Amino acid sequence: MHILAFLIRRAVQALVVMFVISIIGFSIQDNLGDPLRELVGQSVSEAEREALRDELGLNDPFLVQYARFLGNAVQGDLGTSYFFKRPAIDVILDKFPATFELVLGAVFIFVSVSIPAGIYCAIHRDSWLTRIIMTGSIVGISIPVFLTAIFMVWLFGVELGWLPAFGRGDTVTLPWGWDTGFLTWDGISHLILPSITLSSIMLPLFIRLIRAEMLEAMGTDYVRFARAKGLSTWRVRYVHAFRNTLLPVVTVGGLMIGTLIAYTILTETVFQWPGMGFLFLEAVNRVDTPLIIAYIIVVGLIFVVVNTLVDFIYTLINPMVKLPGAKG
Amino acid sequence: MAMLEVQDLHVAFPRGKRDEVEALRGVNLHLEKGERLGVVGESGAGKSMLAFAILNLIADPGRVSGGRVMFHGENLLDLSERGIRGIRGNRISMIFQDPMVTLNPVLTIGTQMIETLKAHRKISDAEARKLCIERLKQVAIPSAESRMDAYPHELSGGLRQRVVIAIALLTDPELIIADEPTTALDVTIQAEIMALILKLCRENDVALILITHDLGVVAEVTERIMIMYAGLCVEEGRTQDIINAPRHPYTAGLLKALPQKAGRGQRLYQIPGSMPPITALPPGCAYNPRCEFAADRCRATIPPLAGGVACFHPLQEEEAAS
Ligand SMILES: Nc1ncnc2c1ncn2[C@@H]1O[C@H](COP(=O)(O)OP(=O)(O)OP(=O)(O)O)[C@@H](O)[C@H]1O
Ligand SMILES: [Mg+2]
Repeated sequence: MHILAFLIRRAVQALVVMFVISIIGFSIQDNLGDPLRELVGQSVSEAEREALRDELGLNDPFLVQYARFLGNAVQGDLGTSYFFKRPAIDVILDKFPATFELVLGAVFIFVSVSIPAGIYCAIHRDSWLTRIIMTGSIVGISIPVFLTAIFMVWLFGVELGWLPAFGRGDTVTLPWGWDTGFLTWDGISHLILPSITLSSIMLPLFIRLIRAEMLEAMGTDYVRFARAKGLSTWRVRYVHAFRNTLLPVVTVGGLMIGTLIAYTILTETVFQWPGMGFLFLEAVNRVDTPLIIAYIIVVGLIFVVVNTLVDFIYTLINPMVKLPGAKG
Repeated sequence: MAMLEVQDLHVAFPRGKRDEVEALRGVNLHLEKGERLGVVGESGAGKSMLAFAILNLIADPGRVSGGRVMFHGENLLDLSERGIRGIRGNRISMIFQDPMVTLNPVLTIGTQMIETLKAHRKISDAEARKLCIERLKQVAIPSAESRMDAYPHELSGGLRQRVVIAIALLTDPELIIADEPTTALDVTIQAEIMALILKLCRENDVALILITHDLGVVAEVTERIMIMYAGLCVEEGRTQDIINAPRHPYTAGLLKALPQKAGRGQRLYQIPGSMPPITALPPGCAYNPRCEFAADRCRATIPPLAGGVACFHPLQEEEAAS
């Protein structure tokens, strides 16, 4: 029951956030140039334009327009893309799998590198490898992503020619209409460079975070007590110390996923990755307002869902936080 | 052969690149089976270092820089990591000072008890659980079964220390080292916990090294006392003898400072000055700057521990009584 209460409370919070995002989206629509210019050519007379404005409701008061926008949005109608002449939401969702798989690849690389590296640096505080990793992470923090991206394209894509640096490669369409690149070697090899680039944004920071948290945990009394109980080194390190680093790591990690999504725009553009971010940048260039708004709203929704999930996981792994409604 | 014989134990911390400072400067200690020893001294005297060094648990960057810890004739400091793990928490258990931070906040009481048993015994989960509940009952924890699934933060400080005591007793150890087991607790339950430790040690014939600031507690619980000052043992002997007739001026000062000694409305006595930090020890006897009997010799050479006291001018009985 208490998990239900938690979910309901979070759902209400999520609705509030989505409401704010919708206002932002709508204001953009109002301020991004004249939609008529995109819809009709130069040849249409001013009187005809005015009639069309009335018909489209562009002369209605702000609140009426917003209410209409919200009403349509709730039904999944975010307008029709000027360029694609299709519902904006459909255009965006077609690109969703590509972005999702890119983020998944980045998260995978980043979890499987940062955790072992962070733990290693905490345990072998003075080894040469630790020094290399720690120095490297400082350098990594200070290099802008687009430089990493361009460097990767140049080195692995062009100079060495080891890995493809443009596009998604071969994809397989799954029964429910999801295009996946995970099932072909070509798809996976196309994923490697962009995922590494995307994960490099937070990798250095995360290695340092895990190292710091692990070091702190290793110095606590409960870890000392665990050793005094005669437990194996493995158990002391992973069951007692590492478990306690999970809370801050999950929290920061959850926040970082937001950053990661933001950086997909850049990564996808450099690697010509056919995802939502690439599409978004094209939409901005074409002033395809419905598409821009649809992107903002879809990404806003993803943020909200991810944050709720992170909160939920945090609650599950932290015995100190009781879900509301639970006794204790 | 004594059960535990600590010989000339040194613990050092690095200072700068090359240099080291010593937190223990050659401590000796012996303990028979079932015997209870009190280790008393001011903060920073090296009491905790002694406790951890016995189990070879000195944390980085400190290290045991010399001496031996003979347990049944075997030097614990020479054992392999696996070997010493078989002693820790099994034949020698520890109780820490602050129960609020001794237990891991993200693991249940049950997990933290059972893992201890499983580290040392071949035992099924069900059997281990049964034994843990039994021990929790022994330390008078109400509704022991349900406590097994509780997290530390759901228990009060007193209950947590009882859990720690239960863990210490799980494997039927021969020796328990309790490092100020009641200092962090509410005054009202300090006596209760101390009485519990004493009772359990007596019943199970477990030897005890009780570390504390409080000579009063030691007098009630232990058979022998060791007084530490700046990394050295300065006096050692039977509890009754030392309480009645201290021979080191420092011991006499500690006794005089006991609240029970002061009359009603009288100010508490305090030894003048404070213990020097290990980085700035005076030459000779470390106590000499605070000692009213200090002579030139005390300021030049460290007095050796002879006949239970490390002092060139030990007090005679009548002096101590004054
Ligand atoms: N990491 C460290 N680096 C340098 N010196 C240290 C370190 N840890 C402890 N010491 C020194 O070792 C000495 C002994 O410390 P110890 O913890 O054994 O004192 P104690 O007698 O247990 O005091 P307390 O009653 O406060 O617990 C202290 O003077 C302390 O300054
Ligand atoms: Mg101490």
